[in-house]
Amino acid sequence: MSQTTTERPAGKRPTSALGRAADWADERYTASRFVRSSLNKVFPDNWSFMMGEIALYSFIILILTGTYLALFFDPSMTEVRYDGSYSLLRGVEMSRAYDSTLNISFDVRGGLLMRQIHHWSALLFVAAMVAHMLRVFFTGGFRKPREVNWLLGVGLLTFGILEGFAGYSLPDDLLSGTGLRIAYAIILSIPVVGTWLAFGLFGSEFPGVDILPRLYIVHVLLIPGIILAFIAVHVGLVVLQKHTQFPGPGRREDNVVGERMYPLYGAKGGGFFFLIFGVTAALAGLFQINPIWLYGPYNPAQVSSGSQPDWYMGFLDGSTRIFPAWEIRFWNYTISPLIWPTVVLPGILFTLLALYPFIEARMTKDRSVHHLLQRPRDVPVRTSLGAMALAFYFVLLISGGNDIIADKFDISLNAMTWIGRISLIVLPPVAYSATYLLCLGLQRHDREILEHGVETGIIKRLPSGEFIEVHQPLGPVDEHGHGELEYAGAPVPKRMNRITNPGRKAIGFLKQVPDPGEAPDLGTEAGETDQEAAQLAGRPKNPD
Amino acid sequence: MTDAVRPPSTREQFDQPGEIDLETYRDLTLEEQAALGTELDGVQIVHRRERFPVPGTKAEKRAERAVAACFVLAFLGAVAFVVCYVVLPWQYDINSKTYTWFTPVLGVTMALSLFGFGIGAILWAKLLITEEETVQDRHSGRSTPEARATTAAVLTDGIAMTGLPRRSLLQRVLGLSVLALGALAIVPLGGLIKKPRDALFVTGWSTGVRLMTGDRRLVRPGDIEAGGIETVFPATPDGLSTQVVADSVVLLIRLRPGQTVRARPGQQDFGWEDYLAYSKICTHAGCPASLYEQQTGRLLCPCHQSQFDLLQDAKPVFGPAARPLPKLAITVDDEGYFVAKGDFTEPIGPSFWERR
Repeated sequence: MSQTTTERPAGKRPTSALGRAADWADERYTASRFVRSSLNKVFPDNWSFMMGEIALYSFIILILTGTYLALFFDPSMTEVRYDGSYSLLRGVEMSRAYDSTLNISFDVRGGLLMRQIHHWSALLFVAAMVAHMLRVFFTGGFRKPREVNWLLGVGLLTFGILEGFAGYSLPDDLLSGTGLRIAYAIILSIPVVGTWLAFGLFGSEFPGVDILPRLYIVHVLLIPGIILAFIAVHVGLVVLQKHTQFPGPGRREDNVVGERMYPLYGAKGGGFFFLIFGVTAALAGLFQINPIWLYGPYNPAQVSSGSQPDWYMGFLDGSTRIFPAWEIRFWNYTISPLIWPTVVLPGILFTLLALYPFIEARMTKDRSVHHLLQRPRDVPVRTSLGAMALAFYFVLLISGGNDIIADKFDISLNAMTWIGRISLIVLPPVAYSATYLLCLGLQRHDREILEHGVETGIIKRLPSGEFIEVHQPLGPVDEHGHGELEYAGAPVPKRMNRITNPGRKAIGFLKQVPDPGEAPDLGTEAGETDQEAAQLAGRPKNPD
Repeated sequence: MTDAVRPPSTREQFDQPGEIDLETYRDLTLEEQAALGTELDGVQIVHRRERFPVPGTKAEKRAERAVAACFVLAFLGAVAFVVCYVVLPWQYDINSKTYTWFTPVLGVTMALSLFGFGIGAILWAKLLITEEETVQDRHSGRSTPEARATTAAVLTDGIAMTGLPRRSLLQRVLGLSVLALGALAIVPLGGLIKKPRDALFVTGWSTGVRLMTGDRRLVRPGDIEAGGIETVFPATPDGLSTQVVADSVVLLIRLRPGQTVRARPGQQDFGWEDYLAYSKICTHAGCPASLYEQQTGRLLCPCHQSQFDLLQDAKPVFGPAARPLPKLAITVDDEGYFVAKGDFTEPIGPSFWERR
């Protein structure tokens, strides 16, 4: 008795229902300290940190809608005659997979909405992962101690793409069947073991009757399980190592500045989930995606022009289109030209991607721990390498739709192919050089502002008759009027209305600038804190 | 935010259970009690400000109403969703367009509800919840020397306890059994293995098999106009099944008068008069190469834009395909129908390792 009472700070049993529940749990799990520290976890606030959140939320939406779809979908490849309510296909021979997808679209109330939310979220899931990865790459978030989380991220992206491909192959419509046939050809192209792998996966020569049931279990159990496990470790490591943050007022390597999980960040993050869900619901309601009933059931003798995969497979489609017809034949063996753009190229790309943190650490000999992010301009080589990779990727992606572009802009298809081939070699170095120069220019501009101050827009006439623009120094100046602040890796204010708002959004663009007389009084304490913060970040004192 | 600013901490005083001075704690305000809890987790609140320091202003009421309006929208959207789900016509009807509203209306009402809830929560955070800036200590890098040394000691001691380093027999046997267990886990996957055998080299065509169209009509000379093409399949009972179509689909072409095709060596007699038959499966990635440009005699595969010139015996003239389309030898039987003179003389479709 006495034991339990002394452990309660307030010294008496809680009376409210919530309090009693908490007491019940704490007596059993000794959870108070864990709960408190979880609630107190600090999250740094930056718009670019929301990419990973979008990926996580769209994955949750995928699980919810996918489970719903699984209640109605049948991956069987047994041939049936369609007898559903979509009268245009009635009597047509098709697989059960296609039949049940039509069923979800036309004979399940709200099924089409669920299908479309699922498809849109899948597109968003991969897109958000890519955006998140770019953010981490360009800000150096992958550096020690986060190399393993980068690897997990590359794994998540890879599995996300495979999961998407497995998913959109399931309906067995004309488009997805064509995609599966190409996948079969790609596996077939692997030297020595290709035919064995293809027959192992498909169970026979293409198409066989095994591939869809197998892809189904891969799509609903195997890969989602792996993704879920990866997400758990990925997020777990973020909790363990805490978030990175951009340099700024009071932000150091040994702290995290931001808002606590509870209540501020939790409300924002929770609300953001519903926003993302809302976006996918609106997209699904208003924009048709993958209308399989228009494509028809899969028939190996047919294909429609303008066949495009989902966007994340587009770069591989592009590489396949523009790669030359280099078939190697020797003795009695053949190496298909398909192997280079579809197996070797992505193999190299994803290996380089995965190894990048280790390559950079080796090149820069940087072995120290980093929790502060970098501005892309401050690391011109990495930023330019990223731009180069992006240029390479976008040439491939655009080439994946070169027939559409040729059609819509009335360009020769063959010319588009050649544009792709040449751009793939020429554009990346151009992107590298241009980005490098841009980074240096931005760096110089930052230094110039720190040295000479912000342009005020006030033109002054000197007694000599000369006109000069008055510059507002950002901090203390030396005898020549040059600023003495060092660059600290944080954004340097370049406009007057940025000066007193370190790290906060500028007012005056969408919102009216408040009249100084009506400006809310922040109170001396807060005001001083802001100024101290500004000084810490290499920022100016309030000019008045 | 710096250590100097941090108030002389009660943290050490309260960090251990049983050391809490209840009298002192009870005298603190709720905010101070919470701040103490926050401090115990290594988190300093460096800036905390009510969004509306003066309660009950017009601005505060306005903010509260904005948040409330969002939640009302969430409520109304959800109710509208349920009502529309139950009431609206949803079943496909070719004669009526009313069903086309069902999915957009569901999507929009659902989105409105979710937007309402999401924006409500975010506006609440941004407009009403007390603003704060907090700083949490980050302890990163190596553990303390004691922790590292003792952990290593426990690990090493454990190995010593097993005696494994000096029991070489156990080492070997253990290694062997782990390998065997690994094999045990992998070997059942052997059930997946299917020997490719001849499937890649044979199709549904053989000597005397007639050519039929997709609607099971047998094909005779004269069915196709000069310059025309027809997709044909083996006229066998399963000739239209997906499995047979996948490797047996053939494009039957009738040349225009005056057009000649220089056949590949040994295939001079594969055509019949001005008719030629090629596999429709692209030799690049296996899509059906089905876009035919009559004027130029070019066949384009829409997947990766390989182009085959039929007048050059289906030679690839542009794009990633490396080999011409295989040609099917055809003739006309006694009853005047096209028949195959045998199977293809080479594997159809994309290349693979064992392809000769």
